[in-house]
Amino acid sequence: MINKEFFFKGYKSILKHDSPAIALGCCFIAIGALLKNLGFNIQESIFSTMLTYALPGSLVMAESLLVGASLINIFLAVWFVNARLYPMAVSLFPLMMHESQPKWKYYFSCHFIAVSAWLIMKSNYKSIPKKQRIDYWIGIGSATWSIAVIGTFIGFFSSEYLNKDLMIGLAILNPIYFLCMMVGASKTIQVSLSVLLGLVLGPIFYFLTPEWSILLGGLVGGTIAYLIGELNVS
Amino acid sequence: MSANIVYAILVTSLATFLSRFLGAVSSEGIKETSKLFKWFNCLAYATLAALIARTIIFPVGVLIDASYLSRFAVVILSLIVFFISKKNYVYPTIFSAASMTILNNYF
Repeated sequence: MINKEFFFKGYKSILKHDSPAIALGCCFIAIGALLKNLGFNIQESIFSTMLTYALPGSLVMAESLLVGASLINIFLAVWFVNARLYPMAVSLFPLMMHESQPKWKYYFSCHFIAVSAWLIMKSNYKSIPKKQRIDYWIGIGSATWSIAVIGTFIGFFSSEYLNKDLMIGLAILNPIYFLCMMVGASKTIQVSLSVLLGLVLGPIFYFLTPEWSILLGGLVGGTIAYLIGELNVS
Repeated sequence: MSANIVYAILVTSLATFLSRFLGAVSSEGIKETSKLFKWFNCLAYATLAALIARTIIFPVGVLIDASYLSRFAVVILSLIVFFISKKNYVYPTIFSAASMTILNNYF
């Protein structure tokens, strides 16, 4: 089963001084308030965060419900926005694969793939033995997931106290936190270029095709960064 | 619970889980030292960066009501705080929320 020592080591990673707990919690407070304003009840709000656990996807769902979009439109819109989770999973799971670990752990824990948990794992995996990395990852994922659920709960019940200016303040918090984490993670030429090109190309592609801009920005920017990095090495 | 909302939540979670699950399944044969892994690593960082840029420049939700000037000012000032605080993640994050709330009143 799950190694408790490494599970709790992962779980406690959100208690560190530079943990994403505050940023993540505040963002889900904003989501909880938004869902309440949209007419969700508390069960639906919590259910949504537990099952989706992806901030941009939840926002897109909320916006789509507001304009009365069909279920297939919601599916496609969310899938486009959250397709980033695919390369994130492929660039994380090989670091945790171990033949002695059962497959269900990987399939179950892929639900925890989200920017905050992914960035924590990426910066800490080297200090964890490969066999136990999956348990450590499940610990990190459970912790960030719990914060998301608690944040939604707080946001739902405090929505009437959150005015528009406060909501805007909460909304900027998450991209700033992620931006700082990405700048902090830019230690190799490939990662630095990937971040830089993604930041520039994402908005440029938005003018051509808003739906595909994130994926195209990532694909083109990431591929150029990879090729330059490889050329630099050789 | 309203059926519409429940269906929307289920469809949203299915669309989200699909990318995660496919990623987990297709990463089984990839070694962490392979070129394919390095390429996917670059794709992941670039895609996240594109998402962050889009969230700030073309936001969805309440952030759309904040002016471009205030958004850019908060990003620049928060990055300065990040470097001044020796790459601490919490100070610029809290600073960004406070400054955005204040700036939004004036711009």
